[in-house]
Amino acid sequence: METGTVNSDIIREENLVYRKSRVLTDNIMHYCPGCGHGTTHRIIAEVIEELDIQEEVIGIAPVGCSVLAYNYLDIDMQEAAHGRAPALATAIKRLMPSKYVFTYQGDGDLAAIGTSETIHSANRGENITIVFINNGIYGMTGGQMAPTTLEGMKSSTSPYGREVSLMGHPLKITDLVARLPGSYFVTRQAVHTPANVRKTKKAIRTAFELQREKKGMTFVEVLSNCNSGWKMTPVQANKWMVENMFPFFPLGDIKVNGELVSK
Amino acid sequence: MKKELRLMKGNEAIAEAAIRAGCDGYFGYPITPQSEVLEYLMAEKPHERTGMVVLQAESEVASINMVYGGAACGKKVMTSSSSPGISLMQEGLSYIAGAELPCLVVNVVRGGPGLGTIQPSQSDYFQAVKGGGHGDYKLIVLAPSSVQEMYDFVGLAFELAFKYRNPAMILSDGAIGQMMEKVELDDPRPRWTDEEIVRISPWATTGKPAGRERNIITSLELDPAKQEKLNLKLQEKYRKLEKEEQRFEKFFCDDAEYAFMAFGTSSRICLKAIQLARAKGIRVGMLRPITLYPFPVDAVKEMAGKVRGILVVEMNAGQMIEDVRMIVEGKVKVEHYGRFGGIIPSPEEVELALEQIIIGG
Repeated sequence: METGTVNSDIIREENLVYRKSRVLTDNIMHYCPGCGHGTTHRIIAEVIEELDIQEEVIGIAPVGCSVLAYNYLDIDMQEAAHGRAPALATAIKRLMPSKYVFTYQGDGDLAAIGTSETIHSANRGENITIVFINNGIYGMTGGQMAPTTLEGMKSSTSPYGREVSLMGHPLKITDLVARLPGSYFVTRQAVHTPANVRKTKKAIRTAFELQREKKGMTFVEVLSNCNSGWKMTPVQANKWMVENMFPFFPLGDIKVNGELVSK
Repeated sequence: MKKELRLMKGNEAIAEAAIRAGCDGYFGYPITPQSEVLEYLMAEKPHERTGMVVLQAESEVASINMVYGGAACGKKVMTSSSSPGISLMQEGLSYIAGAELPCLVVNVVRGGPGLGTIQPSQSDYFQAVKGGGHGDYKLIVLAPSSVQEMYDFVGLAFELAFKYRNPAMILSDGAIGQMMEKVELDDPRPRWTDEEIVRISPWATTGKPAGRERNIITSLELDPAKQEKLNLKLQEKYRKLEKEEQRFEKFFCDDAEYAFMAFGTSSRICLKAIQLARAKGIRVGMLRPITLYPFPVDAVKEMAGKVRGILVVEMNAGQMIEDVRMIVEGKVKVEHYGRFGGIIPSPEEVELALEQIIIGG
């Protein structure tokens, strides 16, 4: 079959290096170019496909940039109110314990308005997976200060930079979750390079696999840029993330097999 | 076969009815005067009796969102609370109504505003029947006046909630929640199987099998034209409810020259006040709404054409009276008698109020 200028001879199974996961829909994503949401959606879709659990997964979308996540993942999904995704997930998992239940949440959703639901679902050891996208800002509402906004970082509600004495400290909620007895696997990853994408995929796959073993909460933080909110190009934003976010939010496993990883 | 009889508190009747109605999950948070619902459920170990899940949540906010998650899976789920806790649930209720999910919320009302009192009140009428949270929506609202009705309305509420894909509320109060009466229990109904849930609620997020489109539960639609359509669909459902589900009870109305209108605990006070009035030769009856939404509009209209005056008796500062006046349209005198702050009026003062406000006023 002729497809424009592409030489149809090379379109053969043995030449295939990448195929879009069948768990991703054909809808065009609304995310900004360079944002980590699209990549993380793709990783989740691939993990679901590889584990062959499409029929057994229920996902919860948050309020934030990924409010429309259910448009992109070809699985049953629910839309939560801002911050409440872990409460929904708690009930779903307890009512249908054989299903895989995950929430997908941003930093405003999970670490500000939803702190209570996050902490208590982790402390109860709910057998759910939380995928937490941390870009240090409220993206969808237009770049306001988030609980994870770094000291000195500018946002539309901290236009002169976050001043800790007035606005409080940035919150390392993932470290808090790791210290609770109900969490089993807690890790912080990123998706700005192919190597990091592979590590994040491994982490999300591990998180889903551990659900089957009913070991407790599995929690994967993914650091992302928000180039629109940060008012940078995607390349500048990734560089800024590496130089400023990584020192405060270091990548790597925080809790493995229910034990804190000593650094 | 003779039915099982038991002496129970209203709150305990709610809990036992939930287990026997085949409820899949209860999510709640302690608050006076309804804590016995959660306490009874925990003591009964419904997980062993029927497989029902019972969980004490970290807040009423979490409780209602657990109900939201469970309801989206087609499960029969519920919560209960009292006024301040129900205020915290309003966001979740709005989402549940917007996503058109069936569930049951029980409000054992106490006096407000604010922390108010732990004594009984009917001051959450507006919140229950006018929506309560943000957006244009309605709850199906049932008002029990006895412990037996606390029990019976759990099954009825679930039935209506699933029939209309709409959250239902039992609007009780601290008096009915706390008092003990004889209750006739019915035989337990089994919980729905996974297959039954898929058949009854094909929209539910039960996991997407090959060959069916994914199920999405949301109230979000950013396109105004589509969002308006969703709202019109809700309104159409509410008109159907208003047409088909008005429930009420009439007492001594055949020869009545005057009428009380009251729900829940107030209706029981009025029944006694009717006896006192009739002993004096005053022919008074009562219309008692059972569904506060949909309100028994037709019965109120009919009664307004037959009596010379209506006294609306409520344990609040005058809430249901606004609906009654709107229906009566000034055709007869409609006045209010209320006590609040946790005070339950006596039959004597209600009878006197009828004489002074309606007959002599």
